[in-house]
Amino acid sequence: MLELRAIDCFYGRVQVLRGLSLEARAGEVLCLLGRNGAGKTTTLKAIMGLVPPRAGAIILNGEAISGLPAHQVPRRGVGYVPQGRRLFAELTVAENLEIGLMTRGKGAAVRDRVLDIFPHLRQRLRQQAGTLSGGEQQMLALARALCLEPSVLLLDEPTEGLQPSMIAQIREVIGAMRETGVATLLVEQRVDAVLAIADRVAFIENGRNRRTVAAAELRDDPALVHAYVGVGSI
Amino acid sequence: MDFGPYLLLASMEGAVQAAVLALMALGLSLVFGVMRVVNIAHGEFFMLGAVLAWWFTSLVGGHPAFGFALALIGAPLIVGLVAVAADLLVLKRLDYDPERTIVATIGLLYIIQQLALEFYGPDARPVAAPFSWRIDLPWFGYSGYKLFVIAAAVVIMLGVWALLTRTRIGLVMRATQFDSETAQAFGIPVGRVYTMVFGLGAMLAALAAVLIVPIQQAHYLMGGDPLLLSFIVVIIGGLGSLRGTVVAAVLIGMSDGIISVFFSPTLAKILATLLVALVLVYRPTGLFGTRTA
Ligand SMILES: Nc1ncnc2c1ncn2[C@@H]1O[C@H](COP(=O)(O)OP(=O)(O)OP(=O)(O)O)[C@@H](O)[C@H]1O
Ligand SMILES: [Mg+2]
Repeated sequence: MLELRAIDCFYGRVQVLRGLSLEARAGEVLCLLGRNGAGKTTTLKAIMGLVPPRAGAIILNGEAISGLPAHQVPRRGVGYVPQGRRLFAELTVAENLEIGLMTRGKGAAVRDRVLDIFPHLRQRLRQQAGTLSGGEQQMLALARALCLEPSVLLLDEPTEGLQPSMIAQIREVIGAMRETGVATLLVEQRVDAVLAIADRVAFIENGRNRRTVAAAELRDDPALVHAYVGVGSI
Repeated sequence: MDFGPYLLLASMEGAVQAAVLALMALGLSLVFGVMRVVNIAHGEFFMLGAVLAWWFTSLVGGHPAFGFALALIGAPLIVGLVAVAADLLVLKRLDYDPERTIVATIGLLYIIQQLALEFYGPDARPVAAPFSWRIDLPWFGYSGYKLFVIAAAVVIMLGVWALLTRTRIGLVMRATQFDSETAQAFGIPVGRVYTMVFGLGAMLAALAAVLIVPIQQAHYLMGGDPLLLSFIVVIIGGLGSLRGTVVAAVLIGMSDGIISVFFSPTLAKILATLLVALVLVYRPTGLFGTRTA
């Protein structure tokens, strides 16, 4: 579905991704795990065309998307929940959703479906996004991405700073997306958060994909995680 | 004349100033707010609008209203196209880098000014007002056209406000203003939005010029003062805050008009500049600005 083939990414002269490869499959959750600064966010930005790779290729459904202008990528059906939510804080909840809908020309039907998933947002449509609580903001960021009816969903630490019930709800949504055949790339810091939901886990280290492992394998042998991430970061 | 009517006259002059200034500053503020570009050439877009207004009216014979109507449509269109070209050929290639675009727009200022001198000449030329009604007040007669300028400016500003808050394109512009990277991640072609905003900003300056030119005459150096006043307005109102821009334009325009009538235009500029200094010291984000960066 989505494949990264040995991409190199730079910020100015500093190389951040080095020959990173991975593959996200339909109806599957692939987790990116790695220390702070390993290049997880940069990987997602590379897919979105926001940090274009200087080498390698990104293939979505057989089409190379790595050369596209950034605004063309989401129109191919890639929904993005950035790290730190990045809502349009001064716009209302409804306007934030509208921007999501506009990306692929979706209408009221999709909007209703998304609001059914997050009924809480329905009561707050007129509220400024920046004044929502942290949990509500994360809901909105997820809802905005779902407004694309994405076939690929990129989530950058969606549970950061949330209470357990919120985390459970987000996990539920991710599970539901998987049922409908969406390919999900999920960046997480904490292994325990990952194992409950992931199908496969890619260990990112220093801008490389050290290894991709089936989540079941990790659940059976937790020591593996320590081998790849190091004890300190867990 | 008694003090009361004199003050009324001064206020009306001030309101005309304020109306035109608000349009011009709105363009500057929009461009800065969305693109983070400080457009030093904004005053030259104003001048170009005035010069083109003269040119359009000189093309058409008959009632002056025909020429004026043509100028009101034609001048902003041409100025908008010039701005779009400047965006595509210059600003985009500089990647909208804040410092380099300042230098680039200074260059643009001189290019437009010298071209105007070359082709239009050094003379100040009048443009006939589209109509010559006078309102007869008990104390003095007042130009109906000046009242029209105020009304037209209000209508145009309401139009811009509606564009920004009631339309999709306005939503796209506001999203780009708040977070251009995330806007791209939701399919917004930020580059095209920038081009459009730069064109729109220039068109507002040109509209202001067409409205004022029957009162003020067209001259190739006329862009300087309005540019200075627009910057004053945008700084006092808060960079990127459109509401603040309008409020500050009314404040500065009115006081400029009133002080100019009672004392001298120079004193008015001195006080306005002093006000900027005070705002920068005590409220650096401007009266309505919220942005901390
Ligand atoms: N805009 C930028 N300019 C320069 N360097 C950057 C930029 N963004 C990230 N970096 C650098 O790139 C490296 C990878 O950053 P990235 O954000 O991808 O890490 P991450 O794996 O997402 O980390 P975290 O878990 O802390 O979110 C870091 O060393 C970071 O300092
Ligand atoms: Mg990150």
